[in-house]
Amino acid sequence: MAQAVKVQSPTAQPVSQARKRKGSPWTGLWAVVAKEMADHLSSVRMQILEVLILLTAVGTVYAVMQGVRQTVGQDPFIFLRLFTTAREPLPAFIGFLSFLVPLIAISMSFDAVNGEFNRRTMSRVLAQPIYRDALLMGKFLAGFFTLALVLTAIWLLVMGMGILGLGLPPSGEEVARSLIFLVATIFYGGIWLALGLVFSVIFRQPATAALGALAVWLFFTIFWGMLTSLLARLISPVTYGTAQELLRQIQIEQALSRISPNTLYVEATLGILNPAIRSFGILLPTQLEGAIVGAPLPLAQSLMLIWPQLTGLIAATILLFALAYVLFQRQEIRA
Amino acid sequence: MSVVTANLRTSPSKTQGEAVIETSQLTKRYGNFTAVDNLNLTVHRGEVFGLLGPNGAGKTTTILMLLGLTEPTSGSVRVLGFDPSREPLDVKARVGYLPDAIGFYDELTARENLAYIARLNGLPHAEAAKRIPAAIERMGLGEVIDHPVATFSRGMRQRLGVAELLLKQPEIIIMDEPTLGLDPEAAHAFLDMILQLKQDGITILLSSHLLHQVQQVCDRVGLFSNGRMMISGTVAELAQRVLRGGYRITVQASGDVDAIKRALLALPGVQKVEQTRPETFVIHGARDLRADAASAVVNAGGKLYGLDVEAPSLDEIYSVYFKEATNGAGS
Repeated sequence: MAQAVKVQSPTAQPVSQARKRKGSPWTGLWAVVAKEMADHLSSVRMQILEVLILLTAVGTVYAVMQGVRQTVGQDPFIFLRLFTTAREPLPAFIGFLSFLVPLIAISMSFDAVNGEFNRRTMSRVLAQPIYRDALLMGKFLAGFFTLALVLTAIWLLVMGMGILGLGLPPSGEEVARSLIFLVATIFYGGIWLALGLVFSVIFRQPATAALGALAVWLFFTIFWGMLTSLLARLISPVTYGTAQELLRQIQIEQALSRISPNTLYVEATLGILNPAIRSFGILLPTQLEGAIVGAPLPLAQSLMLIWPQLTGLIAATILLFALAYVLFQRQEIRA
Repeated sequence: MSVVTANLRTSPSKTQGEAVIETSQLTKRYGNFTAVDNLNLTVHRGEVFGLLGPNGAGKTTTILMLLGLTEPTSGSVRVLGFDPSREPLDVKARVGYLPDAIGFYDELTARENLAYIARLNGLPHAEAAKRIPAAIERMGLGEVIDHPVATFSRGMRQRLGVAELLLKQPEIIIMDEPTLGLDPEAAHAFLDMILQLKQDGITILLSSHLLHQVQQVCDRVGLFSNGRMMISGTVAELAQRVLRGGYRITVQASGDVDAIKRALLALPGVQKVEQTRPETFVIHGARDLRADAASAVVNAGGKLYGLDVEAPSLDEIYSVYFKEATNGAGS
């Protein structure tokens, strides 16, 4: 290090040259992760949401078990039913998850960056020997690990309740399928975590950032479904009523709806938790030739079916984090 | 004044005089606005340097560039031989920074706040466990070490900020408006503390717009205005250049007032003699002329009753300098 300094003349170096930064961008990353995770796990807002998700897990799984006790012997995927079966008046557990997970994720990240500015800790922390990269990455990873920790605990709880209530252990395939479901859920949370992070970089007011993130979430949860059918009709109108036209419109609608992370998540979870599902959207009679309706797909085939959705969830998480990263790197640090 | 400066300069560091902060033609623009304009600044090891000027003069931007928290538009910076925009980690490991509006994690205790900073600095756990209580103790916050920072006053937060600097054991400390918002007593204690840090051999760069306060601690100052450093040097040097001395000696004497006035005027280094009351003269001079004035009065046959000196103040230098600068621009 000292040698590198000696080689350079102290003043002749123009600013535009030799842009390469020295030192690892991840210096101090784990210090940030540890501190932020401790904050998340001890914060009241997280505890409230954890209790909420715990109650829904216990409630829905208990209700499902009341219903499926009789069919325990016949159904080879009884454990997966714990997640997917809805029993009046409760929705299925995955239904609850699809809107509780975004709430948890957004609640962890909406004040991640602007909170540091508002508490005036940003310049003090960045004056320590770390890069900004470590701070943002640390905050994201802390949220992500917290999410993974909470969801894994819930998953274990559901499986445990299943073993106690149904009186039999889950099969290897059930464990594998529900683990993939767990991964999909964590990355579904990751998207909203990264989105909250983006808004926390853009807006200086945490309340604005929270509302912005919640608005996007509401938009995709409630309005996007209505909009896709409208848009599909606009893009590809049915004028003669031929089968091709109808098919095209439905395909466009489906493609549009998959922009929403909610759609991706619901398709991914249904595809992996319900082995009987062999395609999303409409099935043409030709595709069903030789198929036994209701027969389960093998695990590898189910995984292949949801592979685009699963990678979509992961890619969206990474893309949104990258956006937050770029925005944060360009931000001025002055208070 | 020069005697005081000489005393302060004899701090223990062996590498006296080596430049630890050097900028050349340093410029920062935000769009059309030039925040810092061709700054050439040199700070030597062991000295206290004051960046002085009104709010918005470019002091904070300069500091952020020194720490590598903002990229310069052009020009170069060297801090302890490192380039802050290329080697920020090396710079930030050796430089402590006390921002103007200092904030801590309110829900954490003083100890926990510093523990986080220690981890970010990669201090080993055992070392941090020793240094943290010592630093907090030294700043007089030992009683509240395990209280949440939410309960701290502004002055206590400021002291906790300095405890954080002590924890880091830096070679250079940069403080942005350190006495802003402190009550006079706390501000005074804070200035004493700066002198103690200097005794430890730490180089200190501080920015302020409270000129009379920093005058007490700074070895050299630079006056900032609109992104430019207009003049720099010791307070005495600046007084010499701007006020041509700036010393005001009040003499109370009776006797032949005309003879006394003539004798005072004849002294070397006297610029002006005013007779403010029948037996009171005010001498404007380039240096402390008390001894010369006393003997002049006695030699002129007068009786000396009182002698008082007023050293030049930075406030005065500042206002006179900028009045002249604007007048010069206008004419």
